[in-house]
Amino acid sequence: MKACPTEAIRVRNGLAEIMEERCVDCGECYKSCPVSAIIVEQDDFNEIFNFKVRVALVPSVLIGQFPSRITTEQIFGSLITLGFTHIFEIDSVVDIVQEGYNKMTGQKDEPTPRISSFCPAILRLIQVRFPSLVENLIRVKPPSDIAALSYKSALIDKGLSEDEIGLFYITPCAAKIASVKSPVGEKTSTVHGVINMEYLYNKMLHIILNGEASEEQHAAGDLTSMGILWSLTRGESRHQAGRSLAIDGISNVTHFLENLEDTENSQIDFLELRACDESCAGGALISGNRFLTVERLNGRARIIQNKKRQDKAVFQDKEYWLDPIPPRPMMVLDNDREEALRKLNKIEDLLKILPGIDCAACGSPTCRALAGDIVRGDAGPEWCVFLQELYLRNGKISLDEADRINSGIWGSEREYRSQIK
Amino acid sequence: MELSYDIGGGDFVNAGRASSAVKGILKQLNISAVLIKRVVIALYEAEVNVAAHASAGKISVSITKDVIRINIRDKGPGIADIELAMQEGYSTASKEVREMGFGAGMGLPNIRKNSDTFNISSTPGEGTELEIINRLSN
Ligand SMILES: Nc1ncnc2c1ncn2[C@@H]1O[C@H](COP(=O)(O)OP(=O)(O)O)[C@@H](O)[C@H]1O
Ligand code: SF4
Ligand SMILES: [Mg+2]
Repeated sequence: MKACPTEAIRVRNGLAEIMEERCVDCGECYKSCPVSAIIVEQDDFNEIFNFKVRVALVPSVLIGQFPSRITTEQIFGSLITLGFTHIFEIDSVVDIVQEGYNKMTGQKDEPTPRISSFCPAILRLIQVRFPSLVENLIRVKPPSDIAALSYKSALIDKGLSEDEIGLFYITPCAAKIASVKSPVGEKTSTVHGVINMEYLYNKMLHIILNGEASEEQHAAGDLTSMGILWSLTRGESRHQAGRSLAIDGISNVTHFLENLEDTENSQIDFLELRACDESCAGGALISGNRFLTVERLNGRARIIQNKKRQDKAVFQDKEYWLDPIPPRPMMVLDNDREEALRKLNKIEDLLKILPGIDCAACGSPTCRALAGDIVRGDAGPEWCVFLQELYLRNGKISLDEADRINSGIWGSEREYRSQIK
Repeated sequence: MELSYDIGGGDFVNAGRASSAVKGILKQLNISAVLIKRVVIALYEAEVNVAAHASAGKISVSITKDVIRINIRDKGPGIADIELAMQEGYSTASKEVREMGFGAGMGLPNIRKNSDTFNISSTPGEGTELEIINRLSN
């Protein structure tokens, strides 16, 4: 509950509830929950069989998770065994993404710093917590989308019809799954489904270790070292002109943006911001160790260091721009200023009586969050265990009432309750 | 709503506490990002000036639905020639302060630029008082 960067989680009836309008889908709760109470939604794997042509869109971090002795051929072969017919390496399109970034530089009226839209959790974080910065987001679609669009049109050029092609994105990213289900800056999502990498990794490893990986070769995409490293920290920033900065980890990003909001001229041209520590190598759905993943990908990039792309990157103006990204401010207490001020005063008054130790026993992550919940009518001051104790002693509430409140928060099945009674 | 904060001279770590608290409050009141930024920049520069040039200061903030008034009063050397201090680029900041990245001489001019009403008064040897008033209507 406390891991959430936008304080979107409350505990009610013994379950974690997520306030949807605040959630940025960063996956922090999923990574940190001690009892695995958070579930990442995903599509049924068998949906791939609804299509004749079943494309696996594969990011480099998938390969980086496997031990070095397992070859790329085996990894791709295991995907074929699982039922895919085509494999496309997403990170082979980063030259096209870079082409889009280049198109934006030098445009006079663009606000600086320009902020990458690569990470969907950052995109949403900016919408809800830093709405003043939405204009700074670079409106170039991320590699996964451009990969899907460009590979689809390549297959259509080869004579396949659009409705027999199913595009499935294998992702390390909780935010990506959410952004396919409700896209930002796009009318509909380009891919037909997202596949949770954590789920797939075990199946793939099993196939490979049993020697069942197909020997057919299907990988497409012209991967360079720039592509392999793109989704890691500094993967984008090192290729940008001017002063650029790479920041990973959502709390680091939040601190930085707090300061950026107040600066008149930051003198920074480009910001690469990633929600996960070690960027996508630390994605919520990565099973392997993120530092080893980074190390393996660096090794892989070194081997093809001098490789150049065969064809020229072509940025399709019609398809590759994101639509304007609307702000989604969540901090506002009330649209009526006077009412908001009244609520704010009430919150400050409540904070004077709440203990201020942020124990979270009330089901809200901090005392200030509880005060906000009380003012919104979603909780009462007696939900605070310290105030409850006071109210009990001076007879303001009964034991039964206190009991009802506590099970409303932590559920009635808690064992300690029967033990205490 | 009334708020108050203390800042110590030389305390660059806590300079910025008041401005970030005020920012959080204004965001909850649905005030435009442009107006928030003006208030925050002005207040932050004033906080830094107390840390850089004075020995102790007190900030009082009053917010109504139409206006935010900020008063910053410090004990310190004061400013002998206010007109000179208000000039862009003028600074008496020490070498140490400059090394920390402050002391470009743009603080006071930026405070004036970002407030609708700006008043400054000072008694040399005693201290300085600033008043920053911004309307909150969009
Ligand atoms: N609170 C203060 N107390 C004493 N002197 C001050 C104060 N604020 C500003 N000054 C004087 O005015 C000068 C200009 O201030 P400012 O424009 O903020 O530039 P800077 O702080 O970068 O030097 C300072 O160098 C200092 O001499
Ligand atoms: S850093 Fe990568 S894995 Fe993590 S949220 Fe962002 S895009 Fe997803
Ligand atoms: Mg100054």
